[in-house]
Amino acid sequence: MAILQNETRRLATARYWVLSWLIGFAVHVSYGQAPNSCLDCHSALPEPLGVSQEKFSQDIHAQKGLTCASCHGGDPTSVDPDKAMSRKAGWKGKIERKQIPQLCGSCHSDAAYIRQFNPSLRTDQLAQYHTSVHGKRWATGDAKVAVCTDCHSVHDLKPPSDPRSTVNPVNVANTCARCHADANYMTGYSIPTDQFAKYSASVHHDALAVRGDMSAPTCPTCHGNHGAAPPGVDKVQNVCSTCHVFQAQMYEKSSHKDAFRAASLPGCVVCHSNHGIVHPTDAKLGTGPEAVCMQCHTPGDVCDQARAALLSDLGQLDEAIDNADRVLSVAESSGMEVSEARLAQNQARDSLTKARVTIHSFRKDLVEQDIQTGLTIASKNLQAGQRAMVERNYRRVGLGISLVAIGIMLVGLRLYIKKIES
Amino acid sequence: MASADQSLGNPNKDLSPSVLRRRLVEVLLGSGFLATAAAFVYPVLRYLIPPTTSDLGSDAVVAGRVGDLKPNSGKIFRFGSRPGLLIRTASGEYRAMSATCTHLSCTVQYRDDLREVWCACHNGKYNLDGRNVSGPPPRPLEAFDVQVRGEEIFVRRRRES
Amino acid sequence: MSPVRNVRNWLDERFKWDDLVAPLRKKTVPRHRLSYWYFLGGITLFLFVIQVLTGILLLLYYRPGANEAFESVQYIMTQVQFGWLIRSIHSWSANLMIFTAFAHMFSVLFLKAYRKPRELTWVSGVILLFLVMGFGFSGYLLPWNTLAFFATKVGTEITGQVPVIGKPLMILLRGGEEVTGATLTRFFGFHVAVLPGLATLLILVHLLLVQRLGMSVPPKLEMEWGANPSAKREMKFFPNFALRELMAWYIALGVLGALAAIFPWNLGVKADPFAPAPAGIKPEWYFLFMFQTLKLIPPKVWFIDGEILGVLAFGLVGLLWVLLPFFESDDPSRGKRWITGLAIFALAYVTGMSVYGHLAK
Repeated sequence: MAILQNETRRLATARYWVLSWLIGFAVHVSYGQAPNSCLDCHSALPEPLGVSQEKFSQDIHAQKGLTCASCHGGDPTSVDPDKAMSRKAGWKGKIERKQIPQLCGSCHSDAAYIRQFNPSLRTDQLAQYHTSVHGKRWATGDAKVAVCTDCHSVHDLKPPSDPRSTVNPVNVANTCARCHADANYMTGYSIPTDQFAKYSASVHHDALAVRGDMSAPTCPTCHGNHGAAPPGVDKVQNVCSTCHVFQAQMYEKSSHKDAFRAASLPGCVVCHSNHGIVHPTDAKLGTGPEAVCMQCHTPGDVCDQARAALLSDLGQLDEAIDNADRVLSVAESSGMEVSEARLAQNQARDSLTKARVTIHSFRKDLVEQDIQTGLTIASKNLQAGQRAMVERNYRRVGLGISLVAIGIMLVGLRLYIKKIES
Repeated sequence: MASADQSLGNPNKDLSPSVLRRRLVEVLLGSGFLATAAAFVYPVLRYLIPPTTSDLGSDAVVAGRVGDLKPNSGKIFRFGSRPGLLIRTASGEYRAMSATCTHLSCTVQYRDDLREVWCACHNGKYNLDGRNVSGPPPRPLEAFDVQVRGEEIFVRRRRES
Repeated sequence: MSPVRNVRNWLDERFKWDDLVAPLRKKTVPRHRLSYWYFLGGITLFLFVIQVLTGILLLLYYRPGANEAFESVQYIMTQVQFGWLIRSIHSWSANLMIFTAFAHMFSVLFLKAYRKPRELTWVSGVILLFLVMGFGFSGYLLPWNTLAFFATKVGTEITGQVPVIGKPLMILLRGGEEVTGATLTRFFGFHVAVLPGLATLLILVHLLLVQRLGMSVPPKLEMEWGANPSAKREMKFFPNFALRELMAWYIALGVLGALAAIFPWNLGVKADPFAPAPAGIKPEWYFLFMFQTLKLIPPKVWFIDGEILGVLAFGLVGLLWVLLPFFESDDPSRGKRWITGLAIFALAYVTGMSVYGHLAK
């Protein structure tokens, strides 16, 4: 019996130690590697004083082992509120908006410090911020402009690569729009508030948010993120040219570049707009509501004539391609094999695309080169389609002859049968 | 007409109705048979003769001939139903890959100044192995095997291991 | 002596030719209102011969194997001289043959030509019908296009539903768990070797029986002519019926040529096993009635899975179909009415379900 009692007691002691170790471990794991007594109370408080455990566990800083005290100061080991939130322990309380950039920068501009966590993370964000419109206004004491936490969120801050992050490329336009699309908030500033609405209807937004093409631009792509500022009227084409190289090269050598610069017009934006960029059509070269040339040029002048010629050239190639397509379709549905020509039609379409790009050189001769290439290919394909139709007819003639032969045979047989049975 | 003996020296023998009819039937049968036989035999004979273009399947294609390409240049060829890019590097060796850009399916080209494969649509770049190195393209270009046999350059899809 | 007579003598001395063909000379074909139906068997045979000939020609260029099959058919259609004609005739003749085989079967059924002593002719015929549908199923996959790939997938999947033997049978058919290039090779083997061998054998048996037993007449006529032999109307098989048969064959040839030239068989798109199945995939028209039936059976009937029930039901019906003549009475005056009723129902069902299956989404 005594042995059993001893056994029981030993087991009980062991169980006690295991349990307390487990609890201690759990505390460690859930609160990061450091004890964080702040959340004991603050996880139960309502907003804005409250930060739930669940929310904070998603925060990248918390996951890396930082605590509330890392930014707010104080003593995270003590459970006594007076000791924990004492000024002596360095408690800062709620951080003023004015102080946020400096606070974040105190770590994030320290290359040696950040290297311990992520050696490839940049450390120039604060420096960039000071060059941005937001930063410059912040320096004048404007409390409404964006500071770090406005975009990156706080207490549940996620890295940009996280699809839930407010600064992930797919989401960041919505983050910018929180202020920039709010007409009330933006009163007093001299910029429009329709950028987000226009961007949402644009082809870039469609590529990024709808098709998931992560290479498509969003607000920071053209404006920068920490150093956010509009590119500047004479620098817009540099921004566009990072992707649209061919068009930019054409434009660089064109007559319009100097003309626009002299008139302080923002390059690409003049015809394509900046935020509400839609898929351009040939109608831009026309005379209707989408026409861009006629915004500056007078009807009947040399440029207008050139425009009309360009438009008709493009239309000619477009029609030639369609024509060839139609003949090929008929041939195909008659059972002829025209896949080679169909493939070559892609090349013709490529020529048309290239011609449309060459428009940006504003030189008729260059555009006409591409048009000619395309026309040659399209006409070859048309001929292939027509040859297929000829072959088709030849087959039908052959069939007709065979059927006639069979007909003769049938008549002969019929007569022969009649004969032998009479 | 006198009902003369049809088989004995009757000058009208050839024109009598029953003989005519028999002749007609014979002609019809004979010519019909020959015509239908010809209509049958002619296509079959033509079919048996092998065509001049050989069928290599979609696995292999003759992309060009030795001497078509100078070093540090490239050309587009047809691979099945899609375009392919054949490159002769500056050192003289051949590379081949799919020419359909993995971003938005434009046709890529070889840039001899960059020594890289470039897509004109949105400035995407690939290295000579087809790996996407810069710009929007999300995936590499499918690389093909190149074999030079005699005068012809054969491009073949890579076998799955 | 005329050259024909010379040849005959030569043959007779070496093959005992005259004795051999003597029965053929004596063979007669009954002439009555429904005699035209007698042509169907011959037309089916003719189409089979066309299939063998065009099939051999296709074999000269076709390459089995997932990498090459589609391209080789494309090559035949575009590069080979008259390849389009041979291939289109092969495809059209296949469909026509299945149609005439069914029509032949139904005509025999309605004319009650399966009665004693012709039960084995019927049995061999029904098995031939199954073989012909097997030809259709296996041949359809060979061009390796999307429709064929997925139709095969669905078809072999249904086979797998049969209890006990279904799964092993499916693996045997597919050459593995899934439809792959191995399935293609296997189907090719079935299509050009196994099935032709079996079919040729059965056709010989079938024709031999027809020659030995002569042509049957409908029961009412049999009784009439039995009572009054002078009312019997016949024609000689050779040359009278044979020449008429020849006319029918020429007409069939003309129809085939017209179909091949005006509606060439299309290539489709090369099969991609990793792509999702196209919506509304259906088997070829001769399987539609079974497919549609399976679609209409509720998922669970009692405790039995609906699809399994359907497959088993068709299996049972198939078996009964083979054994049908043995249910019929020997006396022509007392033919079983229910068999006629069943025949009408079967025709209506097959036709109706095929149309339904075609029109359904």
